[in-house]
Amino acid sequence: MLAFLARRLTAMCGVLFCVLTLTFLLLRLSPGGPFTRERKLPAVIEQQLLAKYRLDGPLWQQYVDYLADVARGDLRLSTKYRDRPVRELLAQSLPVSALLGGTAFLLAVSSGIWLGSIAAIRRGTLADTGSMFLALGLISVPTFVTGPVLVLLFALHLGWLPAGGWNSPVSLLLPALALAGPATASIARLTRTSLLETLEAPFLRTARAKGVSEGRVLYLHALKIALLPVVSYLGPLAANLLTGSIVVESIFNLPGTGSFFVNAILNRDVFLLGGVVLVYCVLLVGMNLLVDLAYSWLDPRIRLES
Amino acid sequence: MATSAISLRPGLWRRLLRRPAALGSLLILAAVLFSAVFLPFFLGSDPRQTSPETFVPPCGVHPFGTDLNGRDLLARTLEGARISLLVGCTGALVSLLIGTAVGMVAGYTGGRTDALLMRLVDVLYAVPRLILIILASFLLDPWLQQALSAFQGGRWIGYSKIAILILALGCMEWLTMARIVRGQVLSLKTLPFVQAARALGQGHLQILLRHLLPNLTGVIVVYLTLTVPAVMLDESFLSFLGLGVQAPQASWGTLLSDGAQALNPVRSHWWLLFFPATLMSLTLLALNFLGDALRDALSE
Repeated sequence: MLAFLARRLTAMCGVLFCVLTLTFLLLRLSPGGPFTRERKLPAVIEQQLLAKYRLDGPLWQQYVDYLADVARGDLRLSTKYRDRPVRELLAQSLPVSALLGGTAFLLAVSSGIWLGSIAAIRRGTLADTGSMFLALGLISVPTFVTGPVLVLLFALHLGWLPAGGWNSPVSLLLPALALAGPATASIARLTRTSLLETLEAPFLRTARAKGVSEGRVLYLHALKIALLPVVSYLGPLAANLLTGSIVVESIFNLPGTGSFFVNAILNRDVFLLGGVVLVYCVLLVGMNLLVDLAYSWLDPRIRLES
Repeated sequence: MATSAISLRPGLWRRLLRRPAALGSLLILAAVLFSAVFLPFFLGSDPRQTSPETFVPPCGVHPFGTDLNGRDLLARTLEGARISLLVGCTGALVSLLIGTAVGMVAGYTGGRTDALLMRLVDVLYAVPRLILIILASFLLDPWLQQALSAFQGGRWIGYSKIAILILALGCMEWLTMARIVRGQVLSLKTLPFVQAARALGQGHLQILLRHLLPNLTGVIVVYLTLTVPAVMLDESFLSFLGLGVQAPQASWGTLLSDGAQALNPVRSHWWLLFFPATLMSLTLLALNFLGDALRDALSE
């Protein structure tokens, strides 16, 4: 177990290193620097700015310097949001994104499992076709369509909920709904397929023969096994929610990390982008690790080796 | 998934058309494709032509209305359809090539090569792929623009971003395909006909291409149908953020981005969002339905 954790953490550092390297090099090699403006700065000033942010000198030198700083936990200053540490920008924006992502995650998992189980248990009925049609619809309609439609309906037309911005927890509801849509659908489809397979397993017949009530058979015995593929989907799900949140935050004007990501690329803000990408990767790789641990806990036949 | 080889058997087409959902999807796709390719010739309106008639609601002259710059939204939506479908289909083809090649090699050779390739797939699954796509497209775009400016007087320069999107999306969406093809090859290669081919002295490449590939067409077609909407979604996602297809070209993503911005409580220009959104959702829905129906028809 400990050896497994150690190996996974080493692999995680490897992934972080690769992604950070790629980010830094790609952004520094792409044309246009962090101080390129419509009106060109005098060369001397640009040089001084580059020197201040330690972006002068040979590329490998800049890169090694930066990597050493990151290893020490210093994410440096943003070049766009003048003189504000990347760490501070992240500390401000991450709670919003995390709250949005967390709400959407819970929403997607709970309603997805519910929808999928109903479809599987009532196989072939109207409930089954209806929920699976809904699921396919939710997968096919992108968040940037559902988002504005939700705004139009609930905020502008009915006036129940705020259209955007970050004022109260209520303002998180619409964005979380829009973000959770496609994820709910994927989970519902997975749950249905997997539960249908499990429902034919002999151990359920045994349980029924022993007089276990139908509810217990379904929700305790069958669902526990049927949810294994769903658990393994939670890693990719986190990735989808993460990229999805970039769009949702921009639609609903939420002060989250997503806007920093897009702006950092457009402004060639190397250090801010590095920070955001680092946080994203830690989240994703950490999530995948959690999923693996949960998997072996749910199904003891799976050993944590490879 | 069935362990026996699934291929495109002769009765497939008939079985597919028996399903109303599949038939409907095929009709919708045919209609969208036809109008995207041929309708612009009949309409004769230029999607880039601006006019002083801004924000005209749908009417006889402009069936879909006009946008902020007075451009005809129908023409713009059709141009968007062309670009989105182009990126979706070719991007999926790129992913098909990579995914099938990686999956076949991994499944067929096994051992260390297999382990290495599958670890690569695992790592790529864990990395935020869209972020890499965005970064890659930013780095490669200027280079390709330079290369294209020398070619035929630079008339293709506007297509560099699209070409990069196709390549980048294709290079990132092959993972599921590789896994599934590998699984199929693993079970196929133990079957007697592969051993017979080996015994007859056929080389590895020949076995892969002549004997295994034809038996993989079924799964490949199913996942190709499901990859097209995935790539289209990715493309529209990037374009929505302003990181994909660049103005004055339009894709469904850029149109939706314009439409979302035009929503406001005072005067909502609903048609800017409604028409591209409906068309795109219908297309994606039809593609997903078709993929599902194909999968069901194959496993029947």
